[in-house]
Amino acid sequence: MTEKIPANSRLGSLEYDPAPESASIARLKSSYGLFIDGSFSDPSQHEQFVTLNPANEEVLATVAQASNADVDHAVQAARRAYETVWSKTTGAERSKYLFRIARLIQERARELAVVETLDNGKPIRESRDIDIPLAAAHFFYYAGWADKLGHAGFGANPRPIGVAGQIIPWNFPLLMAAWKLAPALAAGNTCVLKPAETTPLSALLLAEILQQAELPPGVVNIVTGDGSTGAALVEHAGVDKIAFTGSTAVGRLIQQRVASSQKRLTLELGGKGANIVFEDAPIDEMIEGVIDGIFFNQGHVCCAGSRLLVQESVADEVLRRLVRRVEQLRVGDPMDKNTDVGAINSAAQLARIQELTAFGEGEGATRYTSSCELPDKGYWFAPTVFADVSQSHRIAREEIFGPVLSVLTFRTPEEAVAKANNSSYGLACGVWSEKGSRTLWVAQRLRAGVIWANTYNRFDPTSPFGGVRESGFGREGGRHGLEAYLDV
Amino acid sequence: MSDSRLDVRKTYKLLINGAFPRSESGRSYEVASAGGEFVANMAQGSRKDLRDAVAAARVAQVKWWGSSAYNRGQVIYRLAEMAEARRAELAEHVALAEGLSIKKAERSVARAIDRVVWYAGWTDKIAQVYGGANPVAGPFFNFSLPIPSGVVGIIASQESSLEGFVDAALAPIAAGNAVIVVASERRPIPGVLLGEMSATSDFPAGVLNVVTGITSELAPTLASHEDVDGIDLSGVTGDAANDLNAAAASSIKRVFRPRDGDGADSTRRLRAFIETSTVWHTIGQ
Repeated sequence: MTEKIPANSRLGSLEYDPAPESASIARLKSSYGLFIDGSFSDPSQHEQFVTLNPANEEVLATVAQASNADVDHAVQAARRAYETVWSKTTGAERSKYLFRIARLIQERARELAVVETLDNGKPIRESRDIDIPLAAAHFFYYAGWADKLGHAGFGANPRPIGVAGQIIPWNFPLLMAAWKLAPALAAGNTCVLKPAETTPLSALLLAEILQQAELPPGVVNIVTGDGSTGAALVEHAGVDKIAFTGSTAVGRLIQQRVASSQKRLTLELGGKGANIVFEDAPIDEMIEGVIDGIFFNQGHVCCAGSRLLVQESVADEVLRRLVRRVEQLRVGDPMDKNTDVGAINSAAQLARIQELTAFGEGEGATRYTSSCELPDKGYWFAPTVFADVSQSHRIAREEIFGPVLSVLTFRTPEEAVAKANNSSYGLACGVWSEKGSRTLWVAQRLRAGVIWANTYNRFDPTSPFGGVRESGFGREGGRHGLEAYLDV
Repeated sequence: MSDSRLDVRKTYKLLINGAFPRSESGRSYEVASAGGEFVANMAQGSRKDLRDAVAAARVAQVKWWGSSAYNRGQVIYRLAEMAEARRAELAEHVALAEGLSIKKAERSVARAIDRVVWYAGWTDKIAQVYGGANPVAGPFFNFSLPIPSGVVGIIASQESSLEGFVDAALAPIAAGNAVIVVASERRPIPGVLLGEMSATSDFPAGVLNVVTGITSELAPTLASHEDVDGIDLSGVTGDAANDLNAAAASSIKRVFRPRDGDGADSTRRLRAFIETSTVWHTIGQ
């Protein structure tokens, strides 16, 4: 059943004037080649595909589809660079390259933020304040490790692995590139990076930055394309390590594909994060945190707090306040600085969200959807909350990867833990309570790689990130993130 | 006692959930010494035995990890005490199984027991060595702790009947996991003896389960079992290992495969089945 939210709960008197960021800051080219061995190939050499602005379906640029032969060239370039240059470059020199890259990202931060928002559909406020600064911070953090690897706890002289093949998703395009490249380069590996099909542009801008940093040719190669490009990279015999961030289904396939090789593997996969709210939670902070936990980046977040577990005694009030807050979210033009929720990244993702939410209604959950107006063009999904969800519902089990929250209830801390852990995933969880001892008791029992207490969706280059169980293995960030790129 | 006294032989059994059943299948297979002489009829464990062991391990792991690191260290140390008292028996069977002189077998047993002691000392160091505080840019106390993967299946070394068994089994146990070990197919007895000793070492039932039998029959069950979190492929090589590795992908298992150069001081096994859990807590008044 669907319940309408009363119109008078909208903050009608608090409309904002448009505050658009300028798209011209992006300075995009009409077409891009592949970045191999330090230079861009001629786009006309390749089959090409377009990348769209998901907010209006306009073409942003055409991008090269890397073939198996292109991937082979990139891997060979990475191998040459590893053997002739990078493995002979001291840690101190590698460190300074990474510091340079961090600084260049900061210098071009506004341009990168605009490109990210145009290509991805995420609000400019998020790409400006989160994606791009964090990407720079990751390079800055790992820069400092490059000449201190012997102090990282993996022996006195840990060796790099070799050539790393890195496949990243579309939800945080530049940030995921930074998460992959920075530790790999600090540890002394060379890289072939495959950006997501729908969001290749910021990685190509990063390639320009690598040129400006005078990173030796071949140390980082960037091959754009669809899943077949990623598959070619996974299967290439010259790759020593695969690092993948994406869905559990594809991660499983990759683990199978590399099973008979000696390739090292780390996987950062899906999640169905439980956000646990106890009756003594600080309610204002909690409501904001729960909203941020699921609607940040349109819910296109592997660690999103997509399952809200509320203690029964406060469930009615929490739901009422959540629904009111959802109604206040500003949904629309991602380039507007006041936008809270932007566009869904692609038509395919929108279809997936629509399919799963239809199941939610069909299985008997109560649906609350924001009455916000959605633009005519582009891919949009109004923020949605499902109440009366039970553990067996698909919307409580499957990753929706969209702005959709499922609300369940519990009575005791034991029940909260049991429900939170009742998932094949184990990426992230939230705990909201003013009682520190209970928070730590719960945190100890949650099977998850990241636990946020009285906050949610916080990221930092010093803080290890990654999952347990079917959310993958290996960590990104912190000292732990080096292990994925060292032969230890 | 007259010289003509007939010895009392032992029936070797499985170790599942703290009990010593014969295989539920009723099957057995002959194990011979390195020299080819009959030693014993071993229980030939079945897929059902493995599934029972996994179910027991899942329950036991919560209890094991729930006890203090200090306590886990003492329990593992107690296993070393039990083994020390039965060194002669272990050496006899290592010698038989591996075709070693009794002197060499005694040295192997000594190394194995010392390895148990090494792992006993690890239980309350792992969090400090592999965890830590992270200086995030914001008002948060952020710390990372290593937690066990959960239930680990182990295909123990086919060659190294005791030392290989100890290294594979005790590393994940020290880290807080519960394990199901498929002992060496042709050389199972030293591992089975260690399992017997564990039953008098205060391990909660189900933390260490030992199944004997035909590796090629048992290993695929462990590798594809959805409630097994990690698998150690020490005792398989070549295509068989690759196939098991691929089967492990069905539930995104952590996989340990031995590498050249895994030295005695390697912590790779210890790190293989731990996860890093990071907690962010707000700081405020």
